[in-house]
Amino acid sequence: MKQSGFPYVVPMLLLSVVFFATPLAVLVGFSFITKGGVTLDHYARFFGDEFNFRVLINTARLGLETVIGTTLLGVPIALLYWHSGRTLRQVIIFLTLIPMLTSNVVRTFAWIVILGRQGPISEALMALGITGMPTSLMFTELGLVMAMCQIDLPLIILPLIAILTRTQYSLTEAAQVSGAGPWRILITLMLPLMLPGLLAGWILVFASTSSSFVTQAVIGGARNVYVPQLIYREVGTLFDWPLASAIAVVLLLSTGCLLVALTMISRHRRLNGHA
Amino acid sequence: MLNRRENPVPALLYKVFVYGFGTLCLIYLVAPIVIALMMSFTAGQTLKYPPEGFSLRWYEALLDPVRSGTEHIAAWNSLKIAGLAVLGSLLFAVPASIGMTRMKRKTVNSIEPLLLAPLVLPSLVYGLAALIVANFIGFQPSLWLTVTGHIVVFGPLMYRAASVVAQGLNPSLAEASTTMGASWFMTLRRVTLPLLMPGILAGAFLVFIQSLDNVTVSLFLADASTTVLPLRMFALIEESLDVRVAAISGILIAVTLLGLLVARRVLAPRPQN
Repeated sequence: MKQSGFPYVVPMLLLSVVFFATPLAVLVGFSFITKGGVTLDHYARFFGDEFNFRVLINTARLGLETVIGTTLLGVPIALLYWHSGRTLRQVIIFLTLIPMLTSNVVRTFAWIVILGRQGPISEALMALGITGMPTSLMFTELGLVMAMCQIDLPLIILPLIAILTRTQYSLTEAAQVSGAGPWRILITLMLPLMLPGLLAGWILVFASTSSSFVTQAVIGGARNVYVPQLIYREVGTLFDWPLASAIAVVLLLSTGCLLVALTMISRHRRLNGHA
Repeated sequence: MLNRRENPVPALLYKVFVYGFGTLCLIYLVAPIVIALMMSFTAGQTLKYPPEGFSLRWYEALLDPVRSGTEHIAAWNSLKIAGLAVLGSLLFAVPASIGMTRMKRKTVNSIEPLLLAPLVLPSLVYGLAALIVANFIGFQPSLWLTVTGHIVVFGPLMYRAASVVAQGLNPSLAEASTTMGASWFMTLRRVTLPLLMPGILAGAFLVFIQSLDNVTVSLFLADASTTVLPLRMFALIEESLDVRVAAISGILIAVTLLGLLVARRVLAPRPQN
């Protein structure tokens, strides 16, 4: 006789409902309530303030730039993996896992050193004669995007590698025998093949960028403010919890919409090939 | 037949692109970790690159209980929280991963997104939501609140790691055990759990590492007396860019490397293609 699995699932299900779903529902409710009753006031305050609105746009742009950056860096690494033998493949996986499992704060700290006035980029620019004096990329969006791309890169490499591991090498050989050049194989065969992995990676990168509090706060600095710091400021120093909730709901909705859209695209039958 | 003398230039460019640019991208990925490690051995007072000389002075400063008492407390708090988070996620997520293999695919598909949702939703938002609810009920931020938050947010990692293994298990092994007269508990202890072990260990490793590194949940749920290590590092960076941060980074990188090597030893010997 077969046992039912449901009793095993109950504890975690309860945990999710009571400690995860309920707080989020309360948060959403909190953002609509004042003493008098239901209101859209907190949202009006958020969108009515030009500064807040610019922060939201900045956050979306940062996410998009990081997605583009990680794609441009991740695809070559995936191709290198594809053309490598067994040992080198393991080395690439290992080199991807090290930064991914290293603390975010540590990686952010490394970027402070790299982007700073006394860092390697500044020294290199001076040595090449491009700039006459030490320059710092700290507190600039360019510096932040450079750091975010490195920090999120593993999130896009791993799904790509997962797909390429399952793919038969004979596929490209067939294309080669049929007379296709390497670039044509890349564009018409490899990139479409990698697309589901790219979509999975984009979801992870965007979700990670939009809540990477420390990196944004430290490298972005006071001039470049993003949604997570805005929420924290409202909670920690201004004690405006309803407004913080409203901002959090906006962040949740905007990332949520993007996630749903990308998930739906990746579930699309044509992308899964023979599925 | 057409004379197909191929132009060698595109093929060469492609090789340069894959091997040259691909390697550069890999260096971009790893270099910051190497640089953080190098900085921790500097003999200088500042974070100048390249580091000035070689010394262990910042590690000494970090280990000195007089100079780094706060950091020691923060590290101990972080270890406690991470350990309890692993324990909690074991208790909740491992049974769930076993249970899911005995349920209809359709039911699993409808429950699983709820269990995995904390992995994609911004954990900062969750931290705020948990703080609001805790405040309603009359709980103040504390170590236990932080632990609960970490279990909720990182438990799904354990679930995912364990269920990948659980799905690959042959259900007839557990059935064979019960038909041979082993009790439900005996089967769990001697058959199911040992087979699940690679997934459980991988999950425990991930939960531990993520919990140790978490800022966004602890930011809202930890009180002043339970400073955690990443928040303490954050403060050190913001306040003074203390070089002891480099030494903490060095230790964390070493621990990660060690963990990875051990994980490879434990998880690797599965000679299946």
